[in-house]
Parts: sequence; C-alpha cells; structure tokens
Amino acid sequence: MSAPEGRKFTKTHEWVAIDGDVATFGLTDHAQGELGDITYLELLEVGDSVSAGEPFGVVESVKAASDVYSPIDGEVIEINGAAVDGPEVINASPYDDAWLVKVRIADPAQLEALMDTAAYDEYEANQ
Amino acid sequence: MAVEPLIFELSKPGRRGVRFPQSEVPAVEPPAEMQRDSLAWPEVSEIDVIRHFTRMSQKNHAIDIAMYPLGSCTMKYNPKINEAVSRLPGFANLHPLQPADTVQGALELMYELQEILAEIAGFHAVTLQPAAGAHGELTGCLIIRAYHEERGDTARTKMLIPDSAHGTNPATAVMAGFDIVSIPSDDRGNADVEALKGLLGPDIAGLMITNPNTLGLWDEHIHEIIELVHGCGGLVYNDGANFNAILGIARPGDLGVDVMHYNLHKTFSTPHGGGGPGSGPVGVREGLEDYLPAPRVAKDGDVYVWADPPKTVGRLHSFNGNFGMFVRAYTYIRMHGAEGLRLISEDAVLAANYLMARLEDRFDVQFPRSCMHEFVVNGTRQKKQGVKTLDIAKRLLDFGVHPPTTYFPLIVPEALMIEPTETESKESLDYFADVMLQIADEAESNPEIVTSAPHNTEYKRLDEVGANRNPNQRWLPEHAAD
Repeated sequence: MSAPEGRKFTKTHEWVAIDGDVATFGLTDHAQGELGDITYLELLEVGDSVSAGEPFGVVESVKAASDVYSPIDGEVIEINGAAVDGPEVINASPYDDAWLVKVRIADPAQLEALMDTAAYDEYEANQ
Repeated sequence: MAVEPLIFELSKPGRRGVRFPQSEVPAVEPPAEMQRDSLAWPEVSEIDVIRHFTRMSQKNHAIDIAMYPLGSCTMKYNPKINEAVSRLPGFANLHPLQPADTVQGALELMYELQEILAEIAGFHAVTLQPAAGAHGELTGCLIIRAYHEERGDTARTKMLIPDSAHGTNPATAVMAGFDIVSIPSDDRGNADVEALKGLLGPDIAGLMITNPNTLGLWDEHIHEIIELVHGCGGLVYNDGANFNAILGIARPGDLGVDVMHYNLHKTFSTPHGGGGPGSGPVGVREGLEDYLPAPRVAKDGDVYVWADPPKTVGRLHSFNGNFGMFVRAYTYIRMHGAEGLRLISEDAVLAANYLMARLEDRFDVQFPRSCMHEFVVNGTRQKKQGVKTLDIAKRLLDFGVHPPTTYFPLIVPEALMIEPTETESKESLDYFADVMLQIADEAESNPEIVTSAPHNTEYKRLDEVGANRNPNQRWLPEHAAD
C-alpha cells in the first residue's frame, strides 16, 4: 500500500510528519510488516535530544529487537505513552494511532535529505 | 494430551518421597527470627517426581532424538564418554576450595586443556574462566582495553564490528565501555574492506570479527583486514563461535588474531542450551598473557599451582570456571587426536556444502559460494508464495526435525541459518533435504499446510505473541504471605 502523502521517510523505514517546528516520528507499514507482531516498545524521554541516524527507541517483536532511528536532530517534547503501553498499535495503525515521538526540529534543512512519498513507495517496492 | 502441571500443582500436604534416618547429631532449635511456618515447596512422592520429569523430557527436542541443525549454535552430538569421564568421583566430588596439593590431577587436566586449546588455535596462553561465549568476548574486550590503557593510549574508544558478526559482539563491546562502529558486508558476504579503511584511525581500539562469519563464509580478505587494523594500532578479536569449521586447518593465531574465545559447548561437544552450563575459554597471542583473568593454572617444576598474571584484568568467574565442561572437552579432544579434529571440521564443512547443493535450486542461498560449516537461505521467494520463514520452521516440526535458526543474521531477509554439523550421516542429511524440498513444493502448491503447521506435534502453533505480551513466568503459592 502507498505511504501517506505529505510526509517524509527514511531508508530505515521511519516516517516524519511536520507541523511548524514540530516533527512527529513513526514506523512505516513496511517496517511493522517486516517486524511482525510487536511486543515491546521503549522510547527516549521528554527532554532528551535526538540526532539524525541515531536511535530514539527500540521495538521488539517475536522475531527480533530493532532500534528505530531519528530522521533529524531535535529535542523530544512528547512521547506516545499509549503506544508504549500497547505496542500492538504499531501493527494495527502505523501511520495514525502509532505515532511514537514528537520532536522540536533543530535544523529544518535536514528534512530536505529525506524521501517524499513517491520516492519512498519506489524505494519500498524494491526492498 | 493434557498440559503438564507444574510440580507445585501436584503437591499434596504431607506427601513425601524421602524420610531421613534419625540423626545421631542432637537437634538444635534455630533462633526464632530464623524460623518460618511454611516453605512453599512441592510435597510430592518419588513416583510423582519421576513421572513429572520423565513426561517433561518427552516433550523436549534433543540432539539425542533427531537432527538439530540450529545455525551458529553447533548442536553437535555430545559423546557419552564425556559424561562417563566427567562423573568419575575424582572429578565430580571435588570441592572448589580444596588446596591445590590435593587436586593435582584436576589442575593437570586444566593445564593441559589450556595448552591444547592454545596449540589448536595458535595462541600463546589461554584462560579457562569465562562461562560462555559472550563472557569470553567480555574477557577479550577487557584485555584489549587494559592493553591500550597500560600504554596510555586512552583515546581508543571505538570497536569495529562487521554486520555479519555474532549478535552478542556489539552488546559485549558496549558492556566493556566501547562505542560501536558497524562495518557493512560486501557483495560476497565479506566485511567491506573499503568501508573499513574509511573508519580506521587513532580512536580505534580494535575489531571484533566472527570468522567464519554468521553467513557461514570465510572472509576472503582476512589477512588484509587484520593488517589494516594492526596498522592503525588496534587489536583484532575473533569470535570463535564458528571454530568448528577450521579445526586442524587454519589457526586464528597464525592469521594475526590477538584474542579469541572458544565455545567448548559448540566446538568441543560439551552440552549446549538447556544441558549446559557453557564454557568460553579465551586465548591470546604472546604479549597479552599478562592481562589474562586471575588465577590461571601454571606449572612449577612438576607441581601445578594457581598463579595470578601480573597485569590481570581480574577474576571473571567464581572459583575456576565450569570445571565439569573442561573434563568433557578434554575427553573429546583426546578421543579425537589431531587428525580427528581436522576430520571433524572437514566433515562439518562437507555436510553443510552437501545440504546447500541439494537445496540451492529451490531455496535462494544468500551468498552462493562455497560455505564453511553453515549457510544462510533467504526465504523471500517462499514469502512471496505466502509462506514465511517462521512457517517453514514450524512445518519442519511435523517431520521431527528441529528448525534451523530463523531471522538471523539480520542482514538476510527471512533468514534460515542451517548448520548440520559433522555428526549427521548422509541418510540424515538427505532426510532433512527431502523434507525441505517437500516444503518448497508445498509453499507453491498448498501453502496452507505450511502456514498452519505444525500438525503432527503434541501442541499446535504456540501463541508466541501472547506469551511475549502477557508473560506468566512465576507460580505463586496462595499461602505465600511474603
């Protein structure tokens, strides 16, 4: 299925939605499909800083434990506690209910390096 | 069949299996604060215990029942002579605090095992202390750190780790205080030398490489890689978990490796998995022996003594390591001799290549070149037919075969990591290959039979997700107040 319009994407299958100077991160549908049933989610805390390419959390499925990587630099201003308590929401609703963290964007120019929806759909189709 | 109850659930008040004879020592009343009314222990008869554990053992898979081709784990047969020797009263009844002059035979065995392991892998000295592979890795990382620190070379904070290394390597290096730098694999499954070159510098403490790697492949540039790491002042750690592929053929010490651990519970046939404990001795090249954990067994004239290396990283295990495993590994090595050890690896490599050749038309081998003791299949072709690697693993259970390792290494999608070991006959290998080919047929013609497997086992597919999300790991007695 096509990824939602208006968002940016990483090669490691995270999505970013931008609202002013706040970015929201999550995992793509492809990522949740590859991981399988997710059983555990751990996220950084509010106030922590994130850097592009560095982990902002860990997801565990029956298959594996994987880091989830921050697309850009910034500071965590909110985390999705409901997703931490019930990580199966990542499987059920990766693009909506399962947003993971909100981050104050440090450098908007970093968003330029990410893929748009069309580019990500093509990238994902070749995975 | 009914779910086997816990032994606590079989308990009936007052039931017992053993009555002790009257003691000749007068009874002493413990102080009141040390007494309690109940111990929530199961009260069961002898036959309750025997039946419970016999039934439990029948629900288990073991190498003594059928093939166990669990990649990277080297689930080889554990010869029964190992058990017989390790149960000799002179070994089994020792106390770890006995004075050295009363345990000279045990110390001689440990000393000889240190020397033999050093000889097999081309090292100068060996410690037997570490209790398993990752513990050996930690020992090695601490030695590498101590080596740099002693030289005042404290800027070396980074450990290079190829993405085909064992999964424990990054965790171990972090635990030893290093930052991890990952090296990608090239298109033949080697560590990417060009990527490595770009990462070398005065901040590199060393490289942790698994060779043969977790793809079951010998790194074709191992000489160059070791030279490059040494050239920038780093040390090279080899994860010896895959040593079963090269016994008597290649010696990591001769290649320039500085530190390596051995898995006695893989390569040297001591029990692996639930039958452990494990044992992960570490070998070092000349010049690093002074950092080894203390104490080691040394020889003073004709007498075996405990000795502390002068710059030791300290003690890594209570007492002296898992001694019972030393007896088993020593027995295994002496039963095979030098030529036998080489045959072990030749047969292990031959068995893996034979299986790969039988399967490669129907399963996509990730890197189709001669493998070592194991190989990795990419299950993407079957996934497109609607059958995931997990389904293949479950279907194998219907044929009495333990599945290979699944979903590892992480760099191979839908990975199946197959390691038959040297102890399987051609008939046994053919049975496994025939079953795999049948499953490949089923994935095309009748995927439902695979995705709903297992069908012939005592339990159907277990709810692994439920078990992870709602773990219930502890039985609580209703009457336990604390």
